[in-house]
Formats: sequence, structure tokens, C-alpha cells
Amino acid sequence: MERIPILRMGRFLLVTIQVDMHDQLALTLQDDLTQRIVSERAKGVLIDISSLDVVDSFIGRMISNIAGMSRVLDAMTVVVGMRPAVAITLVELGLNLEGVRTALNVEKGMALLQGTSP
Amino acid sequence: MSEAAALADLRSETRDELPLRSGEDVVRLRQAVRDRAVSLGLSLVEQTKIITAASELGRNTIQYGGGGKVVIATVANGTRRGVLLEFIDQGPGIADIGKALTDGYTSGGGLGLGLGGAKRLSDEFHIDSAPGKGTRVSIVRWKPY
Repeated sequence: MERIPILRMGRFLLVTIQVDMHDQLALTLQDDLTQRIVSERAKGVLIDISSLDVVDSFIGRMISNIAGMSRVLDAMTVVVGMRPAVAITLVELGLNLEGVRTALNVEKGMALLQGTSP
Repeated sequence: MSEAAALADLRSETRDELPLRSGEDVVRLRQAVRDRAVSLGLSLVEQTKIITAASELGRNTIQYGGGGKVVIATVANGTRRGVLLEFIDQGPGIADIGKALTDGYTSGGGLGLGLGGAKRLSDEFHIDSAPGKGTRVSIVRWKPY
């Protein structure tokens, strides 16, 4: 079955979304990440969306869901690399990703994760 | 002249038609709309808006309309050119279009942003639907002068 790979680096899980995901693939990623947070005792999740040229309400909801689930599992999610055109479109669409931490790039995202879970 | 007729008058000969049955079809739709928007010379932000609107409406066609099709066309109005997308299904139709356009309202499990969001992301938006008659949503994104 088609899957988005999840890498582990120390106490963090890293995901780079590099394909245009169909809805089922996004749901599978959401489930896989939630499982891995528990099985790896992860303290943080970093999702790199710099390759995505479109984030619609379904992907936006997936991102919010992952952030919410990781929060209740005592982990923090940071979304990094959102393209400016995607940010403009998301806000106009009506999605502001409330409760989702964001950073401009992977480096800043990792610093955010490391700073909050000593 | 009705809005639908006005949009129909804009229709050009360069049209593609894609089926909308599965999640993979929505991925193909996004790719086809991107290609069309790029060939028309829309800016990156305009491309992103029309592709995102297409993604929302394509998912609606599958999820609420039971599947259908989309027509992608390049249209002209005088010297102005744009991308026209028409989403057509023979599903149950929408009884209260005003309610369906309200942010946060959904008859399914979604966020209720798709229809209203797609309208905000388009320059022109027309919806034709009635219970038992299916749904046709037409949007246009014009290339600015």
C-alpha cells in the first residue's frame, strides 16, 4: 500500500510530503503518525510541506488533526515550509490552522521542537 | 440573460473533460487545472487559488454528488482570458444553496468550507442545483490585465 515515509530522529518524527496526496493517502499518514507517536514515544512531529503547491481543506484538516492528536499524546507538531501562495490561499479559503505551530523552514522547526521538550 | 447562460457564451473550443469518481481523479484534476492555468499564464497565487477551488469542488462532486465529471476550458471575454471549470453530477442536488454556501455548514463529515471557500477563490461562481436534479457548479478565474 502507498504510504508517506515517517523518519525518526531522536525523540522526533519527521515527515516530508513530496507527492500530491489523494485523500486516502492523507488519512493513512494521519493514522500512521498517531501510531508512531505512541510506539516511538515521540515528543515532537515535524511536517515539511515545502513541496506542496496546494493545501486544500482536506489536507488542512489532516494537519489540524495531527496537531490535535499529537497534543493529547504529549507531543508537539510543527509544520514547516509553507509556500507563500499556499498561505494566501488557505486564509482566503477560511482555514487558519488554529492550534498548529508553524516555522519557516526545517531548521527553525527543529529548534522550536528542541526548545520545548528538554 | 442568466449567469449560467452568460458563462455558457464564454465557452471556447479548447475543452477537456475528466471523470470524477475517486480520490485519484481529484489528483488528476488538480494536475489538469495546473497545466491549464500555467499555459494561460496565471500567476503562481492565481494558479494556487484556482487549483485549490477545483480540489474542493471536485471532492464535493464525488462525496456529495455520487461522482460525475469536470469540464476544463479556456474562455475569452473580449481580450480577457480565463479558466472555466464546470463540475457536473447527477446526485441528489442541493435543497438550500444559501445554507450550503455558509462556512461551517456541512451535510457530510467535512469542515463546511469547500463551497464557500471555492467561491471566494474564484472570480465568477455559479451554482445550479435542485433536489433530484443533480448539481452543476461553474467557476472562472480571469487572468488580470
